[in-house]
Amino acid sequence: MTPGGWFIMIVSVVGVSTFFGVSLYMVLTKKSAPEHIHSTFEETPDMSEEKDS
Amino acid sequence: MNGQNKENWGSRIGIIFAVMGSAIGIGNFVRFPGIASKYEGGAFMIPYFIALLLLGLPIAWVEWSLGRYGGIKGFNSSPGIFRSVWKNRISPYMGVLGLVVPVGIYMYYVLIESWCLYYAYAYLTGEMNLGKDPGAYQAFFGDFTGVKEDGILFSGVTPAVVFMLISFFLNMAVIYRGLTKGIELLCKYAIPLLFLIAIVMLVRVLTLGTPNPDLPDQNILNGLGYMWNPGAGGKSLLESLKNSQMWLEAAGQIFFSLSVGFGVIITYASYLKKDDDIALSSVTSVSGNEFAEVALGGMILVPAAFIFLGPLLIGGQGTFTLGFITIPMIFAHMPLGQFFGFLWFFLLFLAAYTSSLSMLQPAIAFFEEGIGTGRRASVTLLSFIVLVGTSFVMYFSQDTKALGTMDFWIGSFLIYTLATVEVIIAAWIFGAKNILNEARKGALIKIPRFVEFLIKYVTPTYLIVIFSIWVYQNMPGYIKGFSEDGVARLTLVFIFVLIVFFLFLIGTAVKRWDQEEKKGGVK
Repeated sequence: MTPGGWFIMIVSVVGVSTFFGVSLYMVLTKKSAPEHIHSTFEETPDMSEEKDS
Repeated sequence: MNGQNKENWGSRIGIIFAVMGSAIGIGNFVRFPGIASKYEGGAFMIPYFIALLLLGLPIAWVEWSLGRYGGIKGFNSSPGIFRSVWKNRISPYMGVLGLVVPVGIYMYYVLIESWCLYYAYAYLTGEMNLGKDPGAYQAFFGDFTGVKEDGILFSGVTPAVVFMLISFFLNMAVIYRGLTKGIELLCKYAIPLLFLIAIVMLVRVLTLGTPNPDLPDQNILNGLGYMWNPGAGGKSLLESLKNSQMWLEAAGQIFFSLSVGFGVIITYASYLKKDDDIALSSVTSVSGNEFAEVALGGMILVPAAFIFLGPLLIGGQGTFTLGFITIPMIFAHMPLGQFFGFLWFFLLFLAAYTSSLSMLQPAIAFFEEGIGTGRRASVTLLSFIVLVGTSFVMYFSQDTKALGTMDFWIGSFLIYTLATVEVIIAAWIFGAKNILNEARKGALIKIPRFVEFLIKYVTPTYLIVIFSIWVYQNMPGYIKGFSEDGVARLTLVFIFVLIVFFLFLIGTAVKRWDQEEKKGGVK
């Protein structure tokens, strides 16, 4: 096992494990966003077409 | 129709585990380490992670966004969702691949799943106690899968048929129970169990040390080095990175591993409610798949194979040879090999089970909303279709020809096609900005602004380039084989019939949706 091998293995394994751990923690602890912070985007292209027709 | 009796996921973690279950399959534990070690794992990880960021995550966001948007409009299948996203006569027909791909892949994937189940059973009963002769494992696999002769698996009540039927009924029973009581409930237990078994296997491999004192070089550190050292053969890391084939295979692995372009995520996401988060949920599913693939899959198979079999037996093997002939040889050398062999193949079975389940849901959703059948009738109809397909693959078992041909055309070519269609519809017709706005509704994390640029330009270009190179490299060989091989031709005719069948049903569904729209039934 070369130093380069150790480096890439640790970065890859620790990286994906942290990525998964943090994501899962956020899923389990964060509550759904309240209504007021939703995007202002309420209209989609098909809605415009419906209006046009 | 659609809005009525609409199913929804029971919990956020439920859909995350279900999508993770769909993504984590045999490829995570067998295909990934095989490819990574072929390209000196260390160097391979660089194009692999770049593809994850430029291809995997953006397409996942696209599929989750399109799916939830279509679901709010009352649709759960690709034809319906495409129709709601793009008001055009042809749009629902573009969604045909969202049905053909998962159903077609299921037809042979359930067979591979049943092989894993049979191997787990054979370890449990001692049937796999075949000693250390590689030929014995090759003969065992050949006899069981019928690679010597077409039709041999139907010459009596063979284990292949029995275990295929068991796997088939296990799938249909869960699908029949529905989304929450079936898929979600199963995945909530199966995914943690899968991780637990993989961690047990990982601990076993990492504590192997140097099992044979006569071969001191075949130890765990050198095994990990074989998997992770960059620049093998005296090449520098930069020289390794000049290998274009490695970049292509890394992108392909990310693409297939995340189950993007399968038509599954889009259907799963359609069962979300309007304000359910998709930004964090999709990232968590992706990260769970990466954890299974890199941190578990990357640390088990190749180091173990190196320790017991040496480097010569690992390189250049196909997935089936590696998975069903080489791996049993590892367990033949390992202390408590029968137990760990059972555990390993049960792990692969669980991974395959949660993946195959997900391939059935898009068609079930389409039958229910498109032709108006109830759950029982939908499951019966789909059972008939996939049984015909699986029997076809099993009958033409010689050299796994039918399976290989279906995997090439459906499991590679049509997946690339579907993903390209999806990304173009999302980025250029629905609009990358609209996709991002949709993803931001109810989002529990921020999606950076540059993702819009990625979805609009980078991801489609990356995908089209990879697809084009893949076609250029693979198509001539397959077309040549196609003209020389009767089974390959027959398989292609079968796939064509499947596509026409679903196009016909989509035509019926469109008439039904149009009529309901006139009555004001569709939102």
